[in-house]
Amino acid sequence: MAGVAVSTTINGDHVEYLCQPDETLLEVLRDRLGLTGAKEGCGTGDCGACSVIVDNRLVCSCLVLGAEAEGRQVETIEGMAHGDRLHPLQQKFLEHAALQCGICTPGFLIAAKDLLAKNPDPTEEEIRFGLAGNLCRCTGYDKIVRAVQDAASVMRG
Amino acid sequence: MNFDPRLTNRSFTSVGTRPIRPDGIDKVTGRARYGADFNMAGQLVGRVLRSPHAHAVIRGIDTAKAEALPGVKAVITAADLPDLTNGDGALYDILDNCIARKKALYDGHAVAAVAAIDARTARQALKLIEVDYEVLPHVTDVDEAFQHGAPLINEAIFTEGLEEKPVKPSNVHKRTQYGHGDIHKGFSEADFVIERSFRTEQTHQGYIEPHACVASVSSDGMAELWVCTQGPFVYRQHCAQLLGMEASKLRVTSSEIGGGFGGKTHVWAEPVALALSRKAGRPVKLVMTRDEVFRASGPTSATSIDIKIGARKDGTITAAEATLRYSCGPYAGMWAEVGAMTAFACYRLDNVRTVGFEVLVNRPKTAAYRAPSAPMAAFAVESTIDELAGKVGMDAVDFRIKNAAQEGTRASYGPVYGPIGIGPTLEAVKNHPHMQAPLKKNQGRGMACGFWFNFGGQTCVDLNIGMDGSVSLAVGTVDVGGSRASLSLVAAEELGIDYAQVKAIVADTSSLGYNDMTDGSRGTFSSSMATISAARNAIKVLRERAAQMWDIPADDVVWEKGHALAKGEKYGNLSPLSLKEIAAQSGTTGGPIAGHSELVADGAGVSFATHICDIEVDPETGATRVLRYTVVQDAGKAVHPTYVEGQYQGGAAQGIGWALNEEYIYGKDGRLQNAGFLDYRIPVCSDLPMIDTQILEIPNPNHPYGIRGVGETSIVPPLAAIANAVSNAVGVRMTHIPMSPPRILAALEASTSAQKSESIFGKHDA
Amino acid sequence: MRYIRPLTIEDAVGQLAGSPGTAAILAGGSDLLVRMKGGFVEPELIIDIKAIAALSEIRETAEGFSIGAAVPCAVLGEHKSLRQAWPGVVEAAKLIGSKQVQGRCTIVGNLCNASPAADSVPALVAASARAVVAGPAGKRTIAVESVPTAPGRTSLAKGEIIEAILLDSRAPRSGDAYLRFIPRTEMDIAVVSAGVNLTLDEAGVVKTARVALGAAAPTVLLVADAAEVLVGSRLDEATLERLAKVCAGACRPIDDKRGTIEFRRKVAGVLAGRAATAAYQRAGGK
Repeated sequence: MAGVAVSTTINGDHVEYLCQPDETLLEVLRDRLGLTGAKEGCGTGDCGACSVIVDNRLVCSCLVLGAEAEGRQVETIEGMAHGDRLHPLQQKFLEHAALQCGICTPGFLIAAKDLLAKNPDPTEEEIRFGLAGNLCRCTGYDKIVRAVQDAASVMRG
Repeated sequence: MNFDPRLTNRSFTSVGTRPIRPDGIDKVTGRARYGADFNMAGQLVGRVLRSPHAHAVIRGIDTAKAEALPGVKAVITAADLPDLTNGDGALYDILDNCIARKKALYDGHAVAAVAAIDARTARQALKLIEVDYEVLPHVTDVDEAFQHGAPLINEAIFTEGLEEKPVKPSNVHKRTQYGHGDIHKGFSEADFVIERSFRTEQTHQGYIEPHACVASVSSDGMAELWVCTQGPFVYRQHCAQLLGMEASKLRVTSSEIGGGFGGKTHVWAEPVALALSRKAGRPVKLVMTRDEVFRASGPTSATSIDIKIGARKDGTITAAEATLRYSCGPYAGMWAEVGAMTAFACYRLDNVRTVGFEVLVNRPKTAAYRAPSAPMAAFAVESTIDELAGKVGMDAVDFRIKNAAQEGTRASYGPVYGPIGIGPTLEAVKNHPHMQAPLKKNQGRGMACGFWFNFGGQTCVDLNIGMDGSVSLAVGTVDVGGSRASLSLVAAEELGIDYAQVKAIVADTSSLGYNDMTDGSRGTFSSSMATISAARNAIKVLRERAAQMWDIPADDVVWEKGHALAKGEKYGNLSPLSLKEIAAQSGTTGGPIAGHSELVADGAGVSFATHICDIEVDPETGATRVLRYTVVQDAGKAVHPTYVEGQYQGGAAQGIGWALNEEYIYGKDGRLQNAGFLDYRIPVCSDLPMIDTQILEIPNPNHPYGIRGVGETSIVPPLAAIANAVSNAVGVRMTHIPMSPPRILAALEASTSAQKSESIFGKHDA
Repeated sequence: MRYIRPLTIEDAVGQLAGSPGTAAILAGGSDLLVRMKGGFVEPELIIDIKAIAALSEIRETAEGFSIGAAVPCAVLGEHKSLRQAWPGVVEAAKLIGSKQVQGRCTIVGNLCNASPAADSVPALVAASARAVVAGPAGKRTIAVESVPTAPGRTSLAKGEIIEAILLDSRAPRSGDAYLRFIPRTEMDIAVVSAGVNLTLDEAGVVKTARVALGAAAPTVLLVADAAEVLVGSRLDEATLERLAKVCAGACRPIDDKRGTIEFRRKVAGVLAGRAATAAYQRAGGK
């Protein structure tokens, strides 16, 4: 099996790596680059815990090959805060206690960021359907939805 | 221990507030480290080979080809984990479940494992292991397994708890019975009797984080284990016993845990990872796939339950009886017994009998799932109670209020209750606006009650005060839902300092005394008790140090609002010393200041909840939609109300999934058909409404702050509440959980055709 | 295993045809990567077609639309005139998977995966969509319904790739709709589904109709009898009842983890009626 040399941009930084042809972007992020914020909850695109944004599209990084990242812009949870300044969504998740165990949180934050980028003033229903690809087993989603609503309102200013 | 755990009247400063949790920042930035986020130098990848058969004798395993594959560093079978259990049957079952010895007992049962330089090599190696199976007849259904003549899973199982020891083995491990009074007399006094049978299917906790660990065994016999677990001390004990190690030589560090709900209370992969590391001489990381989690961790029981309840015309229940058959996987369990204990715990009954049967099946070993065994029993009982209320002609809430247990009631499982919350939750529901909200066509409202025990157990806490006056709190109960925040609040409360001054961590097994695991809703209850005790011990030291600084007797120093005060007029010119000031001088007054506590947290209060929900049913497709949901539960004292609400909402959501869609589906071949989140359908965000909560606070008299456990009870009422709502919406009693659309539609069609034939009969009759 | 990213369809076809072992086309990967993860396929060659510029385009001409094989379903949803012309096709494509999957999955992938429960396929069949197949022998255009031949199997020959899906421009007074049944509100595979495409005459009477059912048989079902029931009607109650009965009768479903035979039959009829009603309204019928 021949390795694939990949040159890409992750959270604004130029990154190069060598990966196997069948290696997923999630495996590359976690095992090669030490970016363990994206989690593997299922490996089949059913839980959203590995959500990242590639060229402004929300994707499950377990359903993208590492080789496909060539020349792309990848955004992960590690790039969401600016230095020590949290993104409003991160701040509101903390304030609303929108996490319990926290394993789904990076995926939810990335998905919510993508949702608000495309729809800055979503209804509750739009939030619920927009985040349906992210499973949370702890919260019953109530506080997550409220945190996203609050963050949206802060971001609209 | 000179610690008095009784409730004292006090007002709270920190407890009851809602600060941001200490582990929050790491969790929103991706920095928090879970089971699979940890690595060690030279680490290998571990993978497990699993049985594709539900029941098969393992005649032999040939690992030669796998061992010969370049990059493979160790291959193990049961032979590498020899039986050191020394007649301890429960421990032997754990060992056999970790790696099958003579027989594979379910689809997914581990039979061998490899450690290799990377995942690809490990996967290839698994394919090269040759297992010679002799496939046996299997049984996965609880009712079929209960029958005589069913395929026998363990020939050494002779039903316990019968008057006469059976002469033949069976799949029924044990019969247990609870109750009091004379049910025959009670039923003879009833004007109405309802008898119904119910079934619930097997569900999984569905934590999003698969089991994961990194094990490292050195040649000198020292070992480390990094693992996502609800109980690092229990894991250490079991792993050490199974591997023949001294417990103190195995240091277990619990990672952040990505959900457990009871499912991370048992070892599965950890002894295997340690055995691989021991054989390979290198660290081994073992992470389960989602498919493995479903097939081979510990889901809850499937059940089959018969209920009979009688009442007089005035609404008084005269007798109640339940027969409960719970599947426990291929090993002995105590799940039906817990169901038998909880079934009628909400009610004041003169005549009650519950009988439980533990039934072995060729499915994975049953493990705890949030208030284990109680939701199924509550579903059966609360459905029957609703129907009986209708027969009597009483409102469902009033009927329950009339028969609710209260202080002094002898519980159906034995003890006499102290102050309890069932009555208050029912009154709160009766007065809740949700109960008066209008409903439209095809919509129904249901309500139901639930009970759960709480557990206390062995607990140990260290509280260290730094020279800057900040406080480190080391606890041994894993934080599954925000307990580091709640325990920091308790420490701040007791010491009289700011929440921000306290930092709580979960200690590893080499840094703290033994702690039972986080189960039985005990995390905050028991560790808060130990934290209060430790803080009081630290305060004693703080008072002594202040006395030393002032050069006065320690008995003349009291502790108030985070300060030492010199008591008495003669000390009028001494200004109070803050904790910070005392800590700053600790180096010259006797060294570090700390408080420790080791205790058994007795006196956990029981917990009750009542839920209300509205459901809409599409009568053409059987589709359901949860329109509104309300949880009312007693918390004793809510330490961090936001996280209490979180527990209420999370339990309700899990219950909703269980009630409507979640189930293990086995094929005729005994293989699990839906081992993934695609077809094991846990609720998604768009499936649920906001979940309203109401926290009641009926203090637990056996805790200094009145705290009760809050983690589990919220999953008990939903199955019944939703079944009652669906039944009210469609006019057909639903008796099989989950109420998936095909089941609802089939029930509707059956009822329609029954009505049609009735009306035809009616015409002929006329 | 090798991963390649050809720049032209000719190169892709050549690589595919010349591959001695198993080769897989990668567009969105939402089926392929799951199958690879599960160990069901281990292709020796992965051909990523997303660098072929033409395959990532939706082209609109006087004849209609050409949707490239690498266009993610999310992009279909963002294409205003496609959405206006073929709302049923777009809503079907938008039902595949989550937002995360939407950014990757394609209707050609959905078609070539050949699952009987594929969401976009009944809608495409109802819409008389065609597939442009590129292969070693050149290009051919075939009806979408002729692509899947059995669960997991297609009629494509070795070396053939579907490069685009063609949809006609719309006649006046036309509408289509797609509905599926899933137990949750999102994330499930269709238990059963129905796509309906109608054109009305000036009086609001159905002039032409196509009805397709998903997850009701080993491959998508085009139910000609159901279309006949609709033609000449204004979708009155009796017509809808007959439609439901004909659709239920046309089903050849199975019992599986997602549903029973009885459930699928009954709900196929219910969904066909509801989809027909939605399509009728979209066509301007009242």
